Amino acid sequence: MTKLLKDGKATTDPWTHVADGDDLPADGPVIVTLARWQAEHNSLAGRADGLGIRLESGQSPEAIKDDLARFAVVALEFPKFGDGRAYSHARMLKDRLGYEGEVRAVGDVLRDQYRAMHRCGFDALEIAGDRPADKLEADWRAALGELRHAYQPALRGPEPILRQRHRAAAA
Amino acid sequence: MYRYDEFDHAMVKDRVEQFRGQIARRMAGDLTEEQFRPLRLQNGLYLQLHAYMLRVAIPYGQLNAVQMRKLAHIARTYDKGYGHFTTRQNIQYNWPKLSQVADILDELASVEMHAIQTSGNCIRNTTADQYAGVTADEIEDPRIYAEIIRQWSTFHPEFTFLPRKFKIAVSGAVGADRAAVRFHDIGLFIVKNDAGEVGFEVWVGGGLGRTPMIGKKIRGFVAKADLLAYLEAVLRVYNMLGRRDNMYKARVKILVHETGTEEFTRLVEKEFEDTQGGALDLPAEEIDRIAAYFQPPAYEALSDDPPALTARRFEDKDFNNWVRVNVARHKAAGYAIANISLKPVGVPPGDVTADQMDAVADIAETFSLGGIRVTHEQNLVLPDVRQDQLYDLWLALREQGLADANLDHIGDIICCPGLDYCSLANARSIPIAERISQRFADLERQYDIGELRLKISGCINACGHHHVGHIGILGVDRKDQEYYQITLGGAPGEDAAIGTKVGAAFSAAEIVDAVETVVNTYLAIRQPKERFIDTFRRVGDAPFKESLYDKAA
Amino acid sequence: MMQQVVTGNRLADGVVIYLGQDGGWTSKIDAARVAADADEAKLLEDIAKAAEKARMVVGPYLIEVTDTAGAVTPVRYRERLRAYGPSVHPEFGRADVPDHLRMGSEAEFVHLNGVAG
Repeated sequence: MTKLLKDGKATTDPWTHVADGDDLPADGPVIVTLARWQAEHNSLAGRADGLGIRLESGQSPEAIKDDLARFAVVALEFPKFGDGRAYSHARMLKDRLGYEGEVRAVGDVLRDQYRAMHRCGFDALEIAGDRPADKLEADWRAALGELRHAYQPALRGPEPILRQRHRAAAA
Repeated sequence: MYRYDEFDHAMVKDRVEQFRGQIARRMAGDLTEEQFRPLRLQNGLYLQLHAYMLRVAIPYGQLNAVQMRKLAHIARTYDKGYGHFTTRQNIQYNWPKLSQVADILDELASVEMHAIQTSGNCIRNTTADQYAGVTADEIEDPRIYAEIIRQWSTFHPEFTFLPRKFKIAVSGAVGADRAAVRFHDIGLFIVKNDAGEVGFEVWVGGGLGRTPMIGKKIRGFVAKADLLAYLEAVLRVYNMLGRRDNMYKARVKILVHETGTEEFTRLVEKEFEDTQGGALDLPAEEIDRIAAYFQPPAYEALSDDPPALTARRFEDKDFNNWVRVNVARHKAAGYAIANISLKPVGVPPGDVTADQMDAVADIAETFSLGGIRVTHEQNLVLPDVRQDQLYDLWLALREQGLADANLDHIGDIICCPGLDYCSLANARSIPIAERISQRFADLERQYDIGELRLKISGCINACGHHHVGHIGILGVDRKDQEYYQITLGGAPGEDAAIGTKVGAAFSAAEIVDAVETVVNTYLAIRQPKERFIDTFRRVGDAPFKESLYDKAA
Repeated sequence: MMQQVVTGNRLADGVVIYLGQDGGWTSKIDAARVAADADEAKLLEDIAKAAEKARMVVGPYLIEVTDTAGAVTPVRYRERLRAYGPSVHPEFGRADVPDHLRMGSEAEFVHLNGVAG
């Protein structure tokens, strides 16, 4: 069973992923693929409930940069945990394209990646398996707390060491 | 040298505990081997043929005596009493137990060392010219920028799962490249622009392995403040576009090759435009803070070639040879850079016993202001030796079996661990190096042959840099027999070149004779003062082919 | 059909081990359980997979061996290196290896190449 770990809280996911061949449910928030969005652009844009889009790891967010305001969720796939393209895509979405909705990780998501994902701008992670909610939240806190500091600037996380150093020196 | 502040200490300490936790989760079954593998690799821990192997970073090749003693202690306490210096300014331990690795890392952290990102598909240990800061021909000290890059790349959240490993090297010297800069994913040369400002020339897409390539220059000048923004632009383009469908085509060199240098450069520049002047801007005060650690020591006012040195050189031929071959010019008058060859006859290249490490630490304190460098050629350097103490230094080294005067000669072989240790290798490489060094044990013969870089890899991954050997040897597996291919004409440095395969491979029984045939062919056709590589460039491979193969036909 | 044994590395310390005659794991190849046919090899593999799950061994696999009067010897030199090596630093090699199999010895070199080095 898949759970959603959002901002460190394990919640039930209101969103439904709709595969390309499947019918869209009449209502409720759905996440569709880039291919579907491109093919059914008009009908999807008219839906009353929320719309999200799912990008494969080889699909750059550049492809949807003009449509970003229409999506409440952008889901970035990790086909395997070693495929790290989505880290750059998450940063691109939030840093460069100014996307303000939810960026979530789907697929092969490991506890040991939570921190890097968080720092690169992921808001939510879909976690497969049957780990109970309280354990997932504990994992999240542990993973984020394992390293107190960070050398380089990123979207979130501790203030970069470089700034801390020179703030202290200036004070 | 650089010293950790509270933040650096916290980083390595936290990392030790994090890794301790990962090991515990693996032992408890919370992580499968498949999940654990990339995590342990990101901390330099391999599972090799006979045991685990731990690769410890020696950032830009710099060590002090205290750290060297710690390395000796680890070798003695947790391993089999020796360590192996690699071609990327790392040291490897070949026999650690998984259950003790976290304790080893704790020991390392206590002397400001670590194994962070010494493997895995992330940014690896940043290497530099081993003569950094002491060579006369330098624009600025590359260690300053290697340290800045070390910090920026450590646990970079965006670049821990790159398509493949990523290696950066920095050199500040003019006209000499001792760090094989053009054979790195990113190679940085410190340069001065027309306005007299110091910055970086950027080369991308060099590398050895299965598809050896010399890097391409993509920018003539990056300002210091922009260094990290520019590096991040290159890495981001690579992370998004580098191939992930085939691990043999996943290095940035293939991306640059397939995209074209011009288009790749355009993509990087576009990315750079967006990041330049932002949070990655490198403040001058941070450069100054780090540069302060690399200020030269207070050298005494001395003169070059003191009479004591001249007299000893006159009296002792062996000492004179060692000075001539292993000692390099220092920027301060009366000082010298002394190389310690880790290539005695019949010993695995780069291997040092714990006792020798301790001895080098003592010697560095007595003779070199406590400083030690590690070279990509698997040797050590004492960077700050008074010329009038060279003789005493030589005597002390000789007592430890560390005074071999063969630097850059045929006995000074680069050699990967090969199939004796490595689970990727196809053939053994160390026994071949040992046999070659025995065949050419006579130093007078080595001096007659002159500069000759011989490099041996036990498989196509080319950890032994065979592509850039004047003579390169590549071990291959042919129907479950070890065979060895010879390449000729490679060069790692300012005259970078990739060697070409000369013909069919030789068996383990034939390879040493074949090397000798190549050397004898060169001796027969060389012109006065011509090094092996010069002769090869003049005549090509035809005479070598002829003497290697036609005779047999 | 070649005879086979199962080998891998022990999780806790990385040491080369073999599935033994008694179902336990041993660092001595002579004490390994030798599978004479495909059925038996499959059986050994299943046991090894269970041991992998139980975190005893990492990456177990079958290798070909010859078994002459209890002297079990790997066919491929990579596996001989794992069983008897390394061929450098002989002080770390195994003490109980016959000289013509001791990796890196002159005898082994001749054995392998048919000529003296």
